Amino acid sequence: MAEPAGPTVIEPDGLAVAEPAGRTVAEADGRTVIEPAGLTVMADGARLRIDATFRHEAGRLVGALTRYLGDFDLAEEAVQDALAEAVARWPAEGVPERPAAWLQTTARNRAIDRLRREAKGREKLALIAADPAFHPDAMPQAEPDERLRLLFLCCHPALSQDAQITLTLRAVAGLTTAEIASAFLSTEDTVSQRITRAKRKVSAAHIPYSLPGDTQLARRLPVVLAVLYLMFNEGYLSSHADVPERRWLQQEAEELTELLTRLMPREPEPLGLLALMRMHLARSPARFDAEGRIVRLRDQDRGRWNAAGIASGIRLLRRAASLRRPGSYQIQAAILAVHTEAPGSEVTDWPQIVALYDLLLRHEDTPVIRLNRLIAVASTAGPDTALAEIETLRDALAGYHLFHATRAELLRATGRHDEAAAADRRALELASSPAERALITSRLTG
Amino acid sequence: MKYLLLFVDNEETRSRSEAEVAAVSEKIGAWWGEHSQTGEILSGEQLQGAETATTVRHDHGTVTIVDGPFIEAKEHVAGYGVIDVKDLDAALELAKSWPWGGVVEVRPILEME
Repeated sequence: MAEPAGPTVIEPDGLAVAEPAGRTVAEADGRTVIEPAGLTVMADGARLRIDATFRHEAGRLVGALTRYLGDFDLAEEAVQDALAEAVARWPAEGVPERPAAWLQTTARNRAIDRLRREAKGREKLALIAADPAFHPDAMPQAEPDERLRLLFLCCHPALSQDAQITLTLRAVAGLTTAEIASAFLSTEDTVSQRITRAKRKVSAAHIPYSLPGDTQLARRLPVVLAVLYLMFNEGYLSSHADVPERRWLQQEAEELTELLTRLMPREPEPLGLLALMRMHLARSPARFDAEGRIVRLRDQDRGRWNAAGIASGIRLLRRAASLRRPGSYQIQAAILAVHTEAPGSEVTDWPQIVALYDLLLRHEDTPVIRLNRLIAVASTAGPDTALAEIETLRDALAGYHLFHATRAELLRATGRHDEAAAADRRALELASSPAERALITSRLTG
Repeated sequence: MKYLLLFVDNEETRSRSEAEVAAVSEKIGAWWGEHSQTGEILSGEQLQGAETATTVRHDHGTVTIVDGPFIEAKEHVAGYGVIDVKDLDAALELAKSWPWGGVVEVRPILEME
């Protein structure tokens, strides 16, 4: 999977920069491809797409600049400005030789420009310059915990849940306003306002840019994990029209979760979440067909699964289990492990999966979890039993496309094909991900 | 950074027995003294009960005077503290340790230049 960032290079003018190395990616057909580090200029030349490496850099940059300036709002604006400038200038001028250094310098300069424009800003600049450690051309190197600090800031309990996920996707993962809007089926204006309000709250109430103390870490953890899981899910099944998944966003979430496990090695749930993400990622090569349609788990070519990723996930799960504090992510990872350990769908240990869902429901009882459990129940107690039980979820899930898609599946299994088609049509009306819509459509027309 | 801690009574705090109130009041005295010494608490007061309040309303030039607190609610302001601490987390720690319980709103004070 992805290689870590390349060696740190100290430039003659004192700027310390980590140049990202290329990522080695193993493709499904056995080819190994090096994804170029930095910007990917689209084949048509006109569009420039800032890929994962840059968003990754953007996150670290926002963190480092926040520390340097003591101002998260200013830092985030400055990095956005730098990214926008890159997108505007690089197609015409070409990608600079050291793109990360370019971004760093540009962002720093934008921030200083802004400060110079106001009296209060000039005071602050004077303070920064008076620090004997300050070098006019340098910036502090991003510390290893930089992105975690930023993550905890964005996930502070003083911010609303919506604000937390929006701010994290923006500042830590570097998504644009448009991408965030698309992920939450919202408008750019709404997202933009939410970000502005959240940053204003960070400023006005003085939410600190720092890692919580040891006593607070465990308490702050659940929100951070929930946000990372949301980030992963958005990459896993993109609501975005042009791609069925965004693997880089999944990898971003995975990387941040891994940093968390290093920060809190005795906490089992981050390990559980990381195991879950690794095992999902390991199935990436088999999840979509050539037309970009979803391939269901039962139909996936398991030979295409990344065995090392699965093994890593299972090792993490064992490590979590040894801490003897089960939780929601660990159990979800265990369910996925039972699936992945089976050589084929027909020999999956369905009773074990039902038992694990029962355990999961004791930690977290939601209609969606109950729905997923019923898919397993169909294999242990038969589709008629599952169909009867699924009706109890109708009130809660009538607006959820997967409720109808699951019903359709169960109806098909009992030979009620007309009703199954009706349920699939309802699912199609409600589904928003293009990949899922394509799958349902092919069932209806196939 | 200066914040206002607004201490609010709710049904739970109002339903305490005299003995419970006396016990907590001692803790409050100690808490207040400790955090004043460190310079975290700058000032503050306990208010008399909500039933002693009178509210003046300005409405488009008309002024009305009403018996009672400004909100008809189960929660009432019981007191306040002005604190000076490093950041919101420090303010939240203080609010969390407030011995009286109830509700505490933490609001940054607008710094005038």
